[in-house]
Amino acid sequence: MGLPAFQTVIDEHGPALHRYLVGTVGVHDANDCFQETMIAALRAFPSLRHGDNIGGWLFTIAHRKVIDAARARDRRPVPVGALADGSGGGRELPDVSDDGLWARVSALPTKQRSAVLLRFVADRPYADIADALACSEAAARQNVRAGLRRLREELA
Amino acid sequence: MNKVETQLRDGPPSEAGSLDAALAAFRHRADSEGLVEVAWTEVDTPVGAMLLATTDRGLVRVALSRAEEDVFLEDLADNISPRVVEHANRLDPVRRQFDEYFEGKRTAFDVDVDWRLSHGFRRDVLEILHDQVPFGHVVSYKELAERAGHPRASRAVGTAMATNPVPIVVPCHRVLRTGGALGGYGGGLDMKLHLLRLEGALLS
Repeated sequence: MGLPAFQTVIDEHGPALHRYLVGTVGVHDANDCFQETMIAALRAFPSLRHGDNIGGWLFTIAHRKVIDAARARDRRPVPVGALADGSGGGRELPDVSDDGLWARVSALPTKQRSAVLLRFVADRPYADIADALACSEAAARQNVRAGLRRLREELA
Repeated sequence: MNKVETQLRDGPPSEAGSLDAALAAFRHRADSEGLVEVAWTEVDTPVGAMLLATTDRGLVRVALSRAEEDVFLEDLADNISPRVVEHANRLDPVRRQFDEYFEGKRTAFDVDVDWRLSHGFRRDVLEILHDQVPFGHVVSYKELAERAGHPRASRAVGTAMATNPVPIVVPCHRVLRTGGALGGYGGGLDMKLHLLRLEGALLS
């Protein structure tokens, strides 16, 4: 059979995709990234040749949108007042706060952060993580391991 | 599993309703960009929740039970477009007419039908039924076969009714056996009885 209804993609992957994005770009930007990812996916959906690994495909799109969002954030003009008092410059960290884990996740290097979140929050297999990050499966595993090690050390 | 992994698996803290808000924004934008080729929703009726689907041409599919959701979505994806997205607003006018019909306040549906899911003789028969058998009237399988120009095709008429993609609006519940026996109905005979009583087509 061909492709399933896009609705089943939303139902199966929507919640994990949203959690992944909240962990990656923060609550504030997650909804925008979610919308961008889903729109791009829906637009391209009929041209998928088969429905064998829709999850991997969707999270690959999501990772691209995360990178786009990070670039847009870096380009965002900094208010003059913010510079004067020494705050607001540089890269804004996602607005997550709890006992520290998520703040530390957001401070991981981009590839490690995405790898860790794809593995544990979105529950994707290593092959999908490799696709999303455009790297080998071995490199995907290594990014997950490195990210986890750093989080453990920092939270120890 | 260690503590960090467990915490990661629990997911990041998020505001309640945040996913719903993201989904609503996505649906709105998808529709305004013309990407929702099939919009569907659920409608509550006194005989249970039904599913409705529309294209830009009109109502394309009605499922008489929510339990058919998987088949309903698959059917739409295979035969119309895989761009099938839940979108209640697009079906507001149809849902309102369903409400009125089941409240006994509406005797005819003013809804365009997209006939794409029906073909050949089956479609001919369903269009005749839709155009010629109004609220409160009934017709026999045999009579419908005659009207379609194939008087001996009662059985094929039965198949056409069984595969009606748009029940209720295309009123296959108004088709009975010669002599008045109920025949069959996709939603079950209780539903068929309910509809015929609602329309005053059955006295008992």
